[in-house]
Amino acid sequence: MTLLQSLAVGAPEVILAGGICVLLLVGAFRGDRALEGLSWASVLLLVLAAVPVFDQGAGSAGAWGGLYVADPLSRFLKLLVFAGSAAAILVAVPFLRRSGTGRFEYPVLVLLATLGMAIMVSARSLLSLYVGLELMSLAAYVLAAFHRDDARSSEAGLKYFALGALASGLLLYGVSLVYGFTGSTGFDAIRAAFAPGTERNLGALFGLVFILAALAFKISAVPFHMWTPDVYEGAPTPVVAFFGTAPKVAAMGLLLRVLLDPFGGMKADWQQILVFMSIASMALGAVAAIAQTNVKRLLAYSAITNIGFALVGLAAGTPAGVSAVLFYLLVYLVMTLGAFVCLMMVVDGEGRNREELSDLAGLARTRPGLAAALAIFMLSLAGIPPLFGFMPKLAVLSAAVEANLWPLAVIGVLASVVAAYYYLRVVKILYVDPPSGIGFAPVEQGVNPFVMAAAAAFSSPLGYLLLGPLMAFGAEAARSLP
Amino acid sequence: MLSAMILLPVAAALLVLWLDDAGRARLVALATTLVLLAMGLVLWAGFDSTTAAFQFTERHELFGGLFSWHLGIDGISLVLILLSVFLMPLCVLAGWDSIRERVPEYLAAFLLMEALMIGVFAAMDILLFYLFFEAGLIPMYLIIGIWGGKRRIYASYKFFLYTLLGSVLMLLAILWMIREAGTTDIPALMAFDFPAEAQTWLWLAFFASFAVKMPMWPVHTWLPDAHVEAPTAGSMILAGVLLKMGGYGFIRFSLPMFPEASVELMWLVFALSMVAVVYTSLVALAQADMKKLIAYSSVAHMAFVTGGLFALNTQGIEGAMVVMVSHGLVSAALFFCVGVIYDRLHTREIDRYGGLTANMPRYAVFFLLFTMASIALPGTSGFVGEFLALLGMFRTSSWLAVVMATGVILGAGYMLWLYGRVAFGALDKDDVAAMPDLKPREWAVMLPLAAGVLAIGVYPAPLLAPLKQPVASLVARLERAGPPAVEVSRPAAVAARARAEPAS
Repeated sequence: MTLLQSLAVGAPEVILAGGICVLLLVGAFRGDRALEGLSWASVLLLVLAAVPVFDQGAGSAGAWGGLYVADPLSRFLKLLVFAGSAAAILVAVPFLRRSGTGRFEYPVLVLLATLGMAIMVSARSLLSLYVGLELMSLAAYVLAAFHRDDARSSEAGLKYFALGALASGLLLYGVSLVYGFTGSTGFDAIRAAFAPGTERNLGALFGLVFILAALAFKISAVPFHMWTPDVYEGAPTPVVAFFGTAPKVAAMGLLLRVLLDPFGGMKADWQQILVFMSIASMALGAVAAIAQTNVKRLLAYSAITNIGFALVGLAAGTPAGVSAVLFYLLVYLVMTLGAFVCLMMVVDGEGRNREELSDLAGLARTRPGLAAALAIFMLSLAGIPPLFGFMPKLAVLSAAVEANLWPLAVIGVLASVVAAYYYLRVVKILYVDPPSGIGFAPVEQGVNPFVMAAAAAFSSPLGYLLLGPLMAFGAEAARSLP
Repeated sequence: MLSAMILLPVAAALLVLWLDDAGRARLVALATTLVLLAMGLVLWAGFDSTTAAFQFTERHELFGGLFSWHLGIDGISLVLILLSVFLMPLCVLAGWDSIRERVPEYLAAFLLMEALMIGVFAAMDILLFYLFFEAGLIPMYLIIGIWGGKRRIYASYKFFLYTLLGSVLMLLAILWMIREAGTTDIPALMAFDFPAEAQTWLWLAFFASFAVKMPMWPVHTWLPDAHVEAPTAGSMILAGVLLKMGGYGFIRFSLPMFPEASVELMWLVFALSMVAVVYTSLVALAQADMKKLIAYSSVAHMAFVTGGLFALNTQGIEGAMVVMVSHGLVSAALFFCVGVIYDRLHTREIDRYGGLTANMPRYAVFFLLFTMASIALPGTSGFVGEFLALLGMFRTSSWLAVVMATGVILGAGYMLWLYGRVAFGALDKDDVAAMPDLKPREWAVMLPLAAGVLAIGVYPAPLLAPLKQPVASLVARLERAGPPAVEVSRPAAVAARARAEPAS
């Protein structure tokens, strides 16, 4: 394979990398005035990078000597990640301007993280996987500390970095173990080494456990979730809106590929780990969220619960399970993004963002549209019919039932009842409580209300009308895994 | 037609929210519910009672082949849809003056409830049914939470989480059934023979949901809280229609889909029903709060429904259906009766009233009528239902019928005592004496309810006609599972059959 062919297959990443350099230069010369322009340029760049993704059709093509693959799964995840990143860039501008952190690096850093994610989801070797993951993480550490004058934001960045570096170390150690015992970092070779019928390799199993631990850290599954509430609370809200969506989708997609492709032969081993992580995430997320008073911390635990639910489908390990997880990620991305956009629009008269649950009291009377949208996102995240968030939960449960994982399915639905309590509590605060007396700023203009309304319409029962194409999209991506 | 009946109230709810004006919102809501009542009557007129097949069917593949927008009604659905559309305008009228805060939101919640209720009874796709069934929790949660009484927050959480917990287990059972049968179509599932050993588990999962919704003892405890705290119209719709979703679930799913398990586990239902009748009737006797008393009486009446349904014969099932309709009218009326005096004195405590026959004679007449209907006095709808249900139960188990019949006696006890304390006695409290009699709006609610109760009581044939075929095919399906496990002694069976002849 020639370099040119590889470049053609990897066109989305090439376009992104080149564009990032240009934008960085523009920013360096124009300074922070360029934030708006750079943001729109970044979105344009993401659209440009998405064109070759569409263009590649339904086939599967390898490149860079087997380090990289463009298949339906990677295309599905890239489109999701690009969309999530573009939205996270667009909705951030008013917030950054208001909080005095309107620096031009924001869109560029998000793009760098996106490039990392694109490499991650196309990785076909443990090394390209590591490179992508690390590129994403390094950009994310900086983003977490983006509000550098704010102690909590710096703390969030530091905490995220320390724990993230540890996870990277675990990952590398796992990779080296796997390499040592199988003689390769390529997925095909590892898969062959673990093919059914070959002798069980304890050393490589240890390697798998380390890799799993590192990826669990990225998707914030219990017991590697500790950083999530602190980082969510400390980092600026648009950054959290980004963390909660695209990187979660990319890491989860990566986990799907790693477990089912190279380590597919060890399903009996990793399935137990996933069942445990899934149950622990759902249970801990549901219970710990009850006591939260900060909306962002609440959403952090909500993310943990929802990831636990998505892991139910992965634990099933069947094609139906994989396609359910992909569908779950898609809907989850929209709901989470919408919830954070709502939160960003809760601004008081002095231009400060309000992020405590008590600040939302009686919002239904002062800002009915905002309250209705937030209520839709909450009930949808809780998976209460007839909101669209119910459907992905149904899909993963259905996969678990088909794989006869009854204990997992039963615990899953019971945890969702517990979780329903705190989501309902938010709805109660919005609709039942007397208004908090905060004088809210007038309704925001620009792109945010539009993003919010579109996400709310998608999460509402109207989303069911898109069910057919979305499920087909996920199922097609799932077919590219063995 | 059915799609229109579901979409119209949704559209009206959005319109009401958009208008954002209490006066116009009330008119739009009343007009919508009246149009829906008319549409319900059109359904009834066009309904063919000579067949058990589903009618007015519609099918649209809107959801990518996963499940479909598939609607249709048989006689059982028709009767319950009629009950819903009949009660809804009355609910709107009941809250006309007493709800002053956030009126558009309140009416929108009610209109959404109506759409979801019709959806539950008309869904022919099991996932669509589940969506409608669960979706009703959200508007009801808001109705109790926003416009309820002092402990409304606690009551609304309890209502929501209790019913959700019951339903999620049913969801898992539904997923297993879809995998096993390869279809989400309710008629196909009704005809599918699930393996007998799986049926027990599926039956229990469905039971968890419907028993909470009914509610059956011992999972009834959410009901008194929800009723007491809900606004009057909320209680009316909760008791009138939402509880019937549990009974409908038993008829539509548990009995035809798991006939073997139904026969095997009928003892469980019977035991819970017997405990419920005696225990909740005694609890009702001890209540000082009028709404709580009526709420406990609802649990007792619902035990007649479960007992009648699981008698697994024609009289029992028909009787259970009539009890559901009758209880829908009577309990809604009784809650409205409480609401009328609550609006005047703002207390539900029984001891604060007394002697209402003197200053509110017209009110007292209606209250007496509904009290008698609740006791199942001949000539009222309650009698027809409870008599048929008892007859059915007697044919299956005479012990069951004996215990359930004490419920009628205890019911007479607590209802007459309630009426005596509220309406009779000396009119010695000044604020009570100052209460004016019924207003025209209250007449407009009372009269249709009274007419319905008396009409069914005197001439129940139009109500029973659409039920005949579906119930007959259900009983035929149940007979496949063999004779009821509880043996009937010979003379009792003959006697019961002899008496059943004129009734059926």
